Amino acid sequence: MGELVDARGLSCPQPVLITLEKLKFLQHGKLVVLVDTDTSRENVLRAAASLGWQAKEVHPDGMGFRIILEKV
Amino acid sequence: MSGIREFFASRLGIISVGIFIGVSAALLQKWGNPGNMGICVACMERDIAGAIGFHRAAVVQYLRPEILGFVLGAMIAAYAFREFRPRAGSAPIVRFILGMLAMIGALVFLGCPWRALLRLAGGDGNAIFGLLGLAAGIWIGTRFFKAGYNLGRTQPTYTSVGWLLPLIMLGLLILRLIFPPLPGKELSGILFYSLKGPGSQYAPLAVSLGVGLAVGFLAQRSRFCTMGALRDLFLFRQIHLFSGMVALLAAAFLTNLGLGQFKPGFMGQPVAHTMQIWNFGGMVVAGLAFALAGGCPGRQLFMAGEGDGDAAVFVLGMIVGAAVSHNFGLASSPAGVGPYSIHAVFISLAVLLFIGFTMRQKMS
Repeated sequence: MGELVDARGLSCPQPVLITLEKLKFLQHGKLVVLVDTDTSRENVLRAAASLGWQAKEVHPDGMGFRIILEKV
Repeated sequence: MSGIREFFASRLGIISVGIFIGVSAALLQKWGNPGNMGICVACMERDIAGAIGFHRAAVVQYLRPEILGFVLGAMIAAYAFREFRPRAGSAPIVRFILGMLAMIGALVFLGCPWRALLRLAGGDGNAIFGLLGLAAGIWIGTRFFKAGYNLGRTQPTYTSVGWLLPLIMLGLLILRLIFPPLPGKELSGILFYSLKGPGSQYAPLAVSLGVGLAVGFLAQRSRFCTMGALRDLFLFRQIHLFSGMVALLAAAFLTNLGLGQFKPGFMGQPVAHTMQIWNFGGMVVAGLAFALAGGCPGRQLFMAGEGDGDAAVFVLGMIVGAAVSHNFGLASSPAGVGPYSIHAVFISLAVLLFIGFTMRQKMS
């Protein structure tokens, strides 16, 4: 089980802010991000891509989405 | 469906929506809306507050169908793409106050961020000071984000919670149909209308509503947000939303040129004043309030349409803020700032700083 960011229920730009903080700290590896809106899902994926992280999986999870990011 | 979804999430998607809004706004002016006010979320909500008698400023009373269309169009888009997510509970009282303060600031400048762009696109140089103020306010907001400002999480809730603001908008539309404007009459049933001034200038109902629905639909899909545009630029050096904002400006400018609506200058601009410090100061207040609330006034309407009860509270705060502005002499007019505009800017700023400094937590 990798690192986890739970951004469910947070307003913009918090989901992106805390995801980026974590990605910069980890530098590479795997991170699971939980979000509750489509806007947050798109924003997190866009921000992660800007740091060279890839979306390994994105699937619906409860009321929102579970995003698995990976960088080797 | 997924192809459409991806298009609107792309750079080209957000630019297309910016172009659509810019062209529509310029055309709405040609079709009857006031100068450089084809679309203005703040002004139009202020006019709605006047139409239902929350304030009695005689020149700004009209139940603007565009606003109703924004919420209902966004709701249709959210349902069509399975994105309607009823949620609420992130410090609603704070969001109500932020809405009020945002409106108070915007009415010192005389426009929301969309109208600031439309004013510039129509040649109104005073808008430059408003846009600079907007950027300054949003920049202050990004400092608070970095310092851990956060209003807490929303919770998923009943579907009917997300329906309340759209139902209010539907109710207002029904009132507009039951009590249409009557020639030479200020009152039609329970709705107030303006006989002169910007409130007396409007495009035909079907046109305003149609454009509102289309803009609401497209903006919900693309997450168009003028506050987010500058915030993401400052905070993440991201130009995604910003490219939509620039597209709106460019499209409105070119359409205005084509229609002969571009009139460069500072003096005598429609529904504008030349007191630049307060054009700037009013928008610092509005920009900071939008940043702390997580969206420009347009975006708040679209989020309310997709089930966000806190965004709905912000919208109601703006409508009440408009009433406060006009009842207490806080709003500007083309003659300049109101008797208490300057006090209002300082008090609003103090309240916003209080909110920004005291509502911080480290998210784990």
